[in-house]
Amino acid sequence: MLTFGRLSQEQIVFGLAVLLCLGFAVALPGFMTTANILNLVRSVSILGILGVAMGLVVIGRGIDLSLVALMAVSVAWTLNLIASGTSLPQALAIGLAFSLFVGAANGWLVAYVEIPAIFATLAMATLVYGFGQYFLYDLNVVYLPDNARYLLWLGQGNLLGVPVPIVLFAAVCFGGYLFLRYSRSGRYLRAVGDNLAAARTTGVPTRPIIMLQYVLSALIGFVAGIVTAASVASMNTRIAMSTYVYDVILVVVLGGIGLSGGKGGIRNIVVGTLLIGVLLNGMTIMDIQYTIQNVIKGVILLAAIVIDTVVNPRDEQTAQHGDI
Amino acid sequence: MTTFDAMVRWRYRAIPDHLLGEILAKRWIDNAIPLLILIAVVAVFGSMIPDFFSAASVSNLARQWGEFSLLVLALMVVMVAGGIDLSVGSTFALGNIVALSLISVAGLPVPMVVAGTLACGAAVGLVNGLLVGYLRLRAFLTTLVTLIIVRAIVDMLLMKYSVAIAGAFIESDAWYYFGEGSLLGLPVSVVISIVVALVLHVALSRTRVGWHVLATGGSRRSAHNVGIKVRRTICVTYVVSGTLSALAGLLFASRLGGAGADTGIGLEVSALTAAVLGGNSLGGGRGSAAKAVIGSITVMLMINSMVRMGVTSGANSLLLGMVLLAAVAIDVRWLKNRHKFLSKVYVSPTYFELPPAPSTAGASVYALNDRLRPVEAIGLNRIDGPEDVILDGDDNIYVGNRTGDIVRFLAPDYTTQEVFAHVGGRPLGMAFAKDGSLLVCIGGMGLYRITRDREIVKLTDETNRSWFSVIDDSRLKLADDLDIAPDGRVFFSEATIRYEMHEWPVDCLESRGNGRIICHDPNTGTTRTVIKNLLFPNGICMTHDGQSFLFAETWACRVSRYWFDGSKKGTVEAVIPDLPGYPDNINRASDGTYWLALVGIRTPSLDLALKMPGFRRRMARRVAPDEWLYPNINTGCVVRFDEGGRIIETLWDFGGENHPMITSMREHRGHLYIGGILNNRVGRLKLKDADPAWTGPDSYWRRS
Repeated sequence: MLTFGRLSQEQIVFGLAVLLCLGFAVALPGFMTTANILNLVRSVSILGILGVAMGLVVIGRGIDLSLVALMAVSVAWTLNLIASGTSLPQALAIGLAFSLFVGAANGWLVAYVEIPAIFATLAMATLVYGFGQYFLYDLNVVYLPDNARYLLWLGQGNLLGVPVPIVLFAAVCFGGYLFLRYSRSGRYLRAVGDNLAAARTTGVPTRPIIMLQYVLSALIGFVAGIVTAASVASMNTRIAMSTYVYDVILVVVLGGIGLSGGKGGIRNIVVGTLLIGVLLNGMTIMDIQYTIQNVIKGVILLAAIVIDTVVNPRDEQTAQHGDI
Repeated sequence: MTTFDAMVRWRYRAIPDHLLGEILAKRWIDNAIPLLILIAVVAVFGSMIPDFFSAASVSNLARQWGEFSLLVLALMVVMVAGGIDLSVGSTFALGNIVALSLISVAGLPVPMVVAGTLACGAAVGLVNGLLVGYLRLRAFLTTLVTLIIVRAIVDMLLMKYSVAIAGAFIESDAWYYFGEGSLLGLPVSVVISIVVALVLHVALSRTRVGWHVLATGGSRRSAHNVGIKVRRTICVTYVVSGTLSALAGLLFASRLGGAGADTGIGLEVSALTAAVLGGNSLGGGRGSAAKAVIGSITVMLMINSMVRMGVTSGANSLLLGMVLLAAVAIDVRWLKNRHKFLSKVYVSPTYFELPPAPSTAGASVYALNDRLRPVEAIGLNRIDGPEDVILDGDDNIYVGNRTGDIVRFLAPDYTTQEVFAHVGGRPLGMAFAKDGSLLVCIGGMGLYRITRDREIVKLTDETNRSWFSVIDDSRLKLADDLDIAPDGRVFFSEATIRYEMHEWPVDCLESRGNGRIICHDPNTGTTRTVIKNLLFPNGICMTHDGQSFLFAETWACRVSRYWFDGSKKGTVEAVIPDLPGYPDNINRASDGTYWLALVGIRTPSLDLALKMPGFRRRMARRVAPDEWLYPNINTGCVVRFDEGGRIIETLWDFGGENHPMITSMREHRGHLYIGGILNNRVGRLKLKDADPAWTGPDSYWRRS
């Protein structure tokens, strides 16, 4: 970790988020209202759940660019199934199974066929999006059917006064923390991300572990998708081809999880989510143009990657070949 | 020969198995799979779509292809250097909007517009290059971010200028020429992209910058270690990429003249698919303009045909994704397993029958004896692998060694040694020319001359390429031994053209006749192959008539004579057709006969195996090289024979107790000096009946 004195990157980002929060609170009249804070946290929680999915993969030295596309397509199919009369549990099961299958396919391509993760998942995103459009649904936006209105609770309800998405975010974070900290697979995953060759030499089943990364990512992505669908009562499959997935990467990298794998944990994701959430929300309230928001996000992501490179320098002698 | 043997022999004559391995070893074989895919795509869509091949359809497609292939070429340049540029689509859109703004809003003249647009693209490329090259960020994420930022800039420009662009009328023929004109019957965009492809091809294959790019992509670390400015090289590739993308955008602007929000969206995925489908390797090092062109045509045809067949955009991206995955999967697996596959199919033994081996017992001329027992060792343990030995007029000994030196032992006691010249490679056969300079065959390098002043001059490292040989046989892989004709022509043997020096046992396993004898004429500087398809030609020695030479074929266990002048010019005649062992060097003896070294003695098992090519192939494929049948090369002897092929005497060291491992011998002033390629000494034997004044250089150059 990069340390400025005794500060880690995670602490710096957290401090920035707090500062930004204070700045917005002073400068923007609508920022510190309860409604806005709730809105902020709710929108951020979906990004956070996706961040956990991406974080797990990145810790294992992979990357999952099909996360958002898979989420959109599998949930859109689920909604479509419900609308066409399938019972809710059955539809959910089918959607989840599809999602897990594609996740496993990703993992297989990366672990066994040895396609670089970036390409395997990028191609898979395109493929899944096309598959969905051609076979699974007709419209870009699939609405939540009336007979599943109670799903809305997941996105808009409250549990003990806390919005359910936030509860789910916390639950996913807690689950991810337990997985990484206490389960054997979780520790293997970190080992694989830290040094694949060493992990293999010591007897870690590296290929199944890599597959597990992508299956987990697909699973958590599906949860995030259901929450998204519940929040806005629809699933817009166009986000599959948008830059949303880079926001997720932004959360992960900004939080301090190095792209070279093996470093960081769930706390980094929470911190990253916080900063991005505050930033996006503040810019929206300030009514900054969408394109300019993109530029700002891009510049911040670039800065995050630069810092990541400075923290985990890639030396000419140690850089891995074909690592792009 | 039994009928079965005859059938086996004809089977291996009729089917040239070795060609498969040679074809697979070619670099251009990488292009074969992409080309096949392209042909398949043309065949499938050509039969499904009516007027697929009509002039209008082709010309329309060609224009679009011109723009698209520029993008793919841009991506290829970056990929070859080991990076990736996802911002090509956005830069394309930027080029489009900038060109339109400059021509219609700013009203600049066309050359200025072109310059401005290209500069814009180069600037985007420079940003990428600085970030990825100099700051060493991860190429994928970095160019992804620049993709987003540039796209946002394009959107801002669109908001500002799209109305003005739509309303403006451009009065410039030059401007429309880019998009609608033709040159030599081809659309301008096609001409431009062909020119760019040619320039890139020449740059990558023939220029220093291009080699640096390829080296960087092949192994960044090694490139850095040999002193290539890796960071600058990478930066340059991104600048090239940005410029080409903007150029494509300019062509697009001129053709359609409209600025839409969806220009260039998703183009990077198509371009990436095309680049990978063409066979450009992810991670760098392998790629060419030809590959980019093939891939771009394939993807262009696929996308376009899908649109024309009226399939939805979903099916389009489904197909694109599947093709990308399949292409990358094939690419990755092929790269990983290619050498394994190649090593399995490259070795292709053929039928070869040796005449029965003469006995080495009893009254045979080859009968075992102990005549090498008194051999004294020179430079014991101080010389590593003297394949050949030669002495000059002042009695100094010259030998080559394993580390690429010519070592000189100084007369008279040969206790002092010095490196006469460091030539590199593996010095093998040697001969003194008339002017006293030493000519050396160097394995892996070619034919070299070392003058008396120790100046090293390359005589030749190539010969004429055969017309119908698949592998490039113009380079010398394993120059072995040489001798010099009275007129100065140098005849030297090249043991095999299919294997490197250290793989010589594999050549025996093949016994195909991969060797040749080559003539280098220093008077004209030309080099020509004179005899081909020899079984590991090794020693060469001029006969005394000045019109012919004797040469030994190691795996064929025979010595033959070739006439290069006189009435029998061009003919080959067997001198000793059936040796009991594997012959190596031949040299003159003082009484007009010849010395021949047998490096090892034949074994019945290997002789039998030579008649069973299938068995040898299975052995090469399934058994570890350590367990193969090898020719014995440790128990040898020295043989003296005359021009008629009569064996005069045989010198053995029974049991190999005093001097094993013999590959050469040289008579000099009543002594025989013995070398061995795996030996650690030079042997010296006093000869009883030899002329005590006779020396090799005298025999060659004084008498005539």
